[in-house]
Amino acid sequence: MSNVRPIPSPQTQSDDRAHEADHPSSLVAKFGMDQPLKLDCGIDLAPFQIAYQTYGELNADRSNAILICHALTGDQHVNNTHPVTGKPGWWDTMVGAGKPIDPEKYFIICSNVIGGCMGSTGPASLNPATGKVWGLDFPIITIPDMVRAQAMLIDRLGIATLFCVVGGSMGGMQVLQWTAAYPERVFSTLAIACSTRHSAQNIAFHELGRQAVMADPDWRGGRYVDEDTHPHRGLAVARMAAHITYLSDAALHRKFGRRMQDRELPTFSFDADFQVESYLRYQGSSFVERFDANSYLYLTRAMDYFDIAADHNGVLAKAFAGIKTRFCVVSFTSDWLFPTSESRALVHALNASSARVSFAEIETDRGHDAFLLDVPEFLEISRAFLQAAGKARGLKDGGQS
Amino acid sequence: MSMQQTLPLPGVAPERTGGYRTDHLLVADMVRPGSRVLDVGCGDGELLQLLESRGIDGRGIELSREGVNGCVAKGLAVVQGDADTDLVNYPDDAFDYVILSQTLQATRQPKVVLENLLRIGQRAIVSFPNFGFWKMRLQLLIGGHMPRTENLPASWYDTSNIHFCTIKDFVQLCEEINVKMERAVALDLYGRPVPLNLPWWVWNMFGEQGVFLLSRGGKAK
Repeated sequence: MSNVRPIPSPQTQSDDRAHEADHPSSLVAKFGMDQPLKLDCGIDLAPFQIAYQTYGELNADRSNAILICHALTGDQHVNNTHPVTGKPGWWDTMVGAGKPIDPEKYFIICSNVIGGCMGSTGPASLNPATGKVWGLDFPIITIPDMVRAQAMLIDRLGIATLFCVVGGSMGGMQVLQWTAAYPERVFSTLAIACSTRHSAQNIAFHELGRQAVMADPDWRGGRYVDEDTHPHRGLAVARMAAHITYLSDAALHRKFGRRMQDRELPTFSFDADFQVESYLRYQGSSFVERFDANSYLYLTRAMDYFDIAADHNGVLAKAFAGIKTRFCVVSFTSDWLFPTSESRALVHALNASSARVSFAEIETDRGHDAFLLDVPEFLEISRAFLQAAGKARGLKDGGQS
Repeated sequence: MSMQQTLPLPGVAPERTGGYRTDHLLVADMVRPGSRVLDVGCGDGELLQLLESRGIDGRGIELSREGVNGCVAKGLAVVQGDADTDLVNYPDDAFDYVILSQTLQATRQPKVVLENLLRIGQRAIVSFPNFGFWKMRLQLLIGGHMPRTENLPASWYDTSNIHFCTIKDFVQLCEEINVKMERAVALDLYGRPVPLNLPWWVWNMFGEQGVFLLSRGGKAK
């Protein structure tokens, strides 16, 4: 067993990333002691900051703003080179010139969620009370807390009503929370591959990931920054497990099958003989370069707690009673993390509320991650929905008014 | 069950007036301006587009994924769903009109579906192929086989239409469940209305399909 290679350590132990947590390479909205974020857990978080990016111009009517909500491991860098990884923006299939969400037409905002690690206040930020990184002293946050913080940012930007709130996965949860909490501030929504509550299976996967992080001796009870370690192995395992849930059996088979990695015969060891193993290890090790382990714990927890119906006496339709917002709900056939049945339950509730809703299930074998990929039918539907909504909003060509 | 079929069914090219199908115009003329409409089995959304062009707030349900995605790509508010199972999710009086075009015969429980239409909508507009059409009768009588027409080309073993009825049968069902018929029109093979001043039995013989505007009956059920 001499040739067992554990998951490699990151090339650079994310000094860049650690710096981003407090001094992001993006716009920052700072909120002082007089403007606390009222968290669901009962704590008033102050001071705090929101890191965000914008693309395009706000029109004179302030009617063309689109808020993009990012997924679990996403951030505000939706359409620009990422400051840590140097990679293109995470949603360049959807956002950009000539794309469905075009900065030529819309004023596009994307903020790092509260609890994140790319510049909005979270467990990786410095706690002003102690001068040290928050770590596990950071209060537990929820999806409604994220949305409350975004609403404060939108207030600061002087926007009364968002033309559209868009997001997939955890981003889709925020989209739905926006409509439930601020229906009059949301003209339309595009809720992709998401659910109004996190399923038991999904909570189970998240718990697996969190336990992997906490089982890493370098986690040090969450105080790894103070002790100059980093639980990169635990976090990488968490990412590897999660990454499988973002794909599908068919997609893995098509991409890798049982093919070997740089060899023709098995090595009779635990080395990464199979391409799929090598791929997963790469996914794990590249993730830890850009993400904070504690932040991963907090954000997965926020998703677990999400259940819109629970906040409305268990009746989902009550959350959307009388809502005027135009909904577009999209699911993918091979998504087993947020299966179509979850979207259908949402659509039924919206129908029961007589909401204006479009719902399309897109056939693809690319699993949950399909919303981030070049899936033409999905992108075409998104474009058409925004154009029709833009027309109803009085935007010229579905864009500038 | 295929809800993609819109009247008339594939096989015969429907007559068009000003870009719109004659039968769609007939249905659209039954809808008061400014009302809210649910089109059950809206197919490619052509009727919904016509309704929206008249300022009517239209929604759709469609079974086939291709149909739904085509509608959403046209900016229509359409969801994927099944008339038999999904109508129960809509509240009472949610719409002014619920349209069910060329779909009733493909539902598992036509009576339940019809009752749901008039629970969700103040009025319902229902169209269906008439099995009393002379071509149908002739095939069974003379040919001795299950009828097939230009608009209903499937064989008995692969058709999605499991509950065929005649115009006469439908009128009887409406009476049985206390549904009021406000307007009735029979259409020929090309979607053109059969002259109005003819007796019922003529419609039942020469109407290729029937289109009915229905409302809730006055009597308590």
